[in-house]
Amino acid sequence: MALVTYRQALRDTLRAEMLRDENVFLMGEEIGLFEGSYKITEGLLKEFGPRRVRDTPIAEEGFVGAAIGAAMLGLRPVVEIMTINFSLLALDQIVNHAAKIYGMFGGQCSVPMVIRTPGGGGQQLGATHSQNVELFYSFIPGLKVVAPSTPAEASAMLKAAIRDDDPVLFLENLALYNTKGELPAGTSSDAGAAVAGGSGGSSTQMLIDSIEPAEIGRAAVTRPGTDITIIGYSRMAQVAAEVAETLAGEGISAEVVDLRSLRPLDRETIVESVRRTGCAVVAEDDWLTYGIGAEIAATIQEGAFDWLDAPVRRVAMAEVPLPYAKPLELAALPSADSLLTAVRATLRSTGRLAALETTRS
Amino acid sequence: MAETTKARPRKTVRSKPGSTPDTEDARDGGETGTAVPADRSELVGYYRRMLLIRRFEERAARAYTEAKIGGYCHLNLGEEATVVGLLAALRPTDYLFTNYREHGYALAKGISPERVMAELYGRSTGVSKGWGGSMHMFDAEARLLGGYGIVGGQLPLATGAALAVSYKGGDDVVMCQMGDGTAAIGAFHESLNLAALWDLPAVFVVINNGLGMGTPVEASSAEPELYRRGAAYRMESARVDGTDVVAVFEAARTAVEHARAESRPYLLECVSPRLRGHSVVDPARYRSKEERQALLDQDPLAAFAARLERDGVLPAEDRAVIEAEVAAEVEAAAAFADQSPAPDVSTLFDYTYATPVPGELRRLPADPVFGS
Ligand SMILES: Cc1ncc(C[n+]2csc(CCOP(=O)(O)OP(=O)(O)O)c2C)c(N)n1
Repeated sequence: MALVTYRQALRDTLRAEMLRDENVFLMGEEIGLFEGSYKITEGLLKEFGPRRVRDTPIAEEGFVGAAIGAAMLGLRPVVEIMTINFSLLALDQIVNHAAKIYGMFGGQCSVPMVIRTPGGGGQQLGATHSQNVELFYSFIPGLKVVAPSTPAEASAMLKAAIRDDDPVLFLENLALYNTKGELPAGTSSDAGAAVAGGSGGSSTQMLIDSIEPAEIGRAAVTRPGTDITIIGYSRMAQVAAEVAETLAGEGISAEVVDLRSLRPLDRETIVESVRRTGCAVVAEDDWLTYGIGAEIAATIQEGAFDWLDAPVRRVAMAEVPLPYAKPLELAALPSADSLLTAVRATLRSTGRLAALETTRS
Repeated sequence: MAETTKARPRKTVRSKPGSTPDTEDARDGGETGTAVPADRSELVGYYRRMLLIRRFEERAARAYTEAKIGGYCHLNLGEEATVVGLLAALRPTDYLFTNYREHGYALAKGISPERVMAELYGRSTGVSKGWGGSMHMFDAEARLLGGYGIVGGQLPLATGAALAVSYKGGDDVVMCQMGDGTAAIGAFHESLNLAALWDLPAVFVVINNGLGMGTPVEASSAEPELYRRGAAYRMESARVDGTDVVAVFEAARTAVEHARAESRPYLLECVSPRLRGHSVVDPARYRSKEERQALLDQDPLAAFAARLERDGVLPAEDRAVIEAEVAAEVEAAAAFADQSPAPDVSTLFDYTYATPVPGELRRLPADPVFGS
């Protein structure tokens, strides 16, 4: 076991995958000389050179499209888009091309590429730099959209995304980069291969090498519980874990489901959990209306209506362009407090909170 | 002063990076066909391919009116010399990306008329198994890497394919076809810039048929001599008369050789009016009756036939034999398409993901998500 940051896990995983497969290469703005706007690609240009770590012009549509074309010929590009806000300039290439090429040519050509891009508010970056628009991509058949919340998950998911034959949007969150998590000591055959291949390096690198690729499309029950299901992804899965811990101190057993994958969506895990607990709160870091939480709530309605003891509640960002001023921005973002309030309200309407309160007093 | 190569074909105008391009209009003056002494069988081959495209497209137009073909259907009528000349300059292993006006390109890349027609009919035997239709033909073996329906969408993809070729150290070339209207879109600039910046073996070909749907090139491009845009990217470029198959071949050969030998992109503009409307259903009212007649009078296929006859390359009797053969080939293609099965509905979910995943929703509108 070793504690590493989300940032370090991503960096070491990129490095491990580049060592493993010559076809894996990186492209994006400022990822080489500048070593990444958020320093995920630190040291990689020095180690792999400009053929495999390519600085691009500020032309999101052009370079994302070029990555798609390169993937069509069998390369495995990992593109960094500085933030998800700028991915909108590449929307045509991602939605009309990356997502459609496999289908519209009758399965003759796949697009094995990854787009890594961070999102998230809370940094006082204003309206155009603080959006989470993963919904746009999660809507599109042909794309895969993943949003891991811990360093170990980030590594396992990034490996899976790079080795997958489809285009994968890999969502990061600015608030997660410095968070720490444990890497399991694994026994993957990759570890030996990477070491034999000369990856050497740090002990975290060896742990990263031993992480097994995740299964894209599977959610995880990251904390089992019996009283309520809290469903989140990316930063909100971490907030959900925090809230579950607080509730545990009060004798309430909350189950946490980390979606990890937004498309495909693991409906079974969500529904099974809610059938066990009888109520649910969904926490998302984007706008409410038409959002990912709406899809989860509909899924619960279709799959667990008869098991529900209370309506599904949703916690999301305030429906405004995110403001710059700190108090306004904080008020707009979903937090542990807002999630806790929603969870309590839900438990109260099932009658369980009252029961628990009585037991305790 | 303009710097142009001495041996340039008279119907091609070239510009070198850093120089002022020649102002001569490619469609002005000079007889056709004086550029290259191509050998006879090659010339006859060009004629046969041009004729195949012509008859194929006429047959497709008819099938469309019979409702055998659905959706949009953009034809290459009038652009046959350009299509055939361009593809004659490629090796079979070179890659091609096109826009949605691509039936002729698919044929010229060596895909059988049966499979192209079957795709138009939406049959499982079609080149894209009935999933693409008129705008989205793809064949890995022929290295036709797709027709694309979003104006300019194919340019970044072709640039990326050229990146893959250079990354792997190969010497194939990627040709990327587009229309004149496409030169105004952002992807055009981003792609040419990237290809030049990264020394990629890509040949960008603008088919300047003078119109994007009904909008004249002069109304959509501040610089309607589109090859001149190459200068902005320090990219060699040229403009050629697209009605002259030999001139197109020569210009394309220069472009392709440049891309291959130097690993540098090239911008080639082929001035090549289309004879009919934007698509089968467009009556082209934006052209006057006189204009339409003038176009038909200048039909490049008829002009090429007359020239081959005059030069003793292809006498009328031999041409009649080719006519009959091509007509039979096209009828056979239509019959093949007609008799081919539609794709089985059970395959509906087979082509969403190359790596299928557990949570994937395979649901028809009538199916419930969870049990019944
Ligand atoms: C991005 C985009 N905008 C608009 C259209 C609709 N459209 C289809 S073809 C066309 C004209 C394109 O003209 P040009 O590039 O000259 O190609 P040509 O049809 O002459 O081959 C337009 C506007 C489209 N397909 N994609």
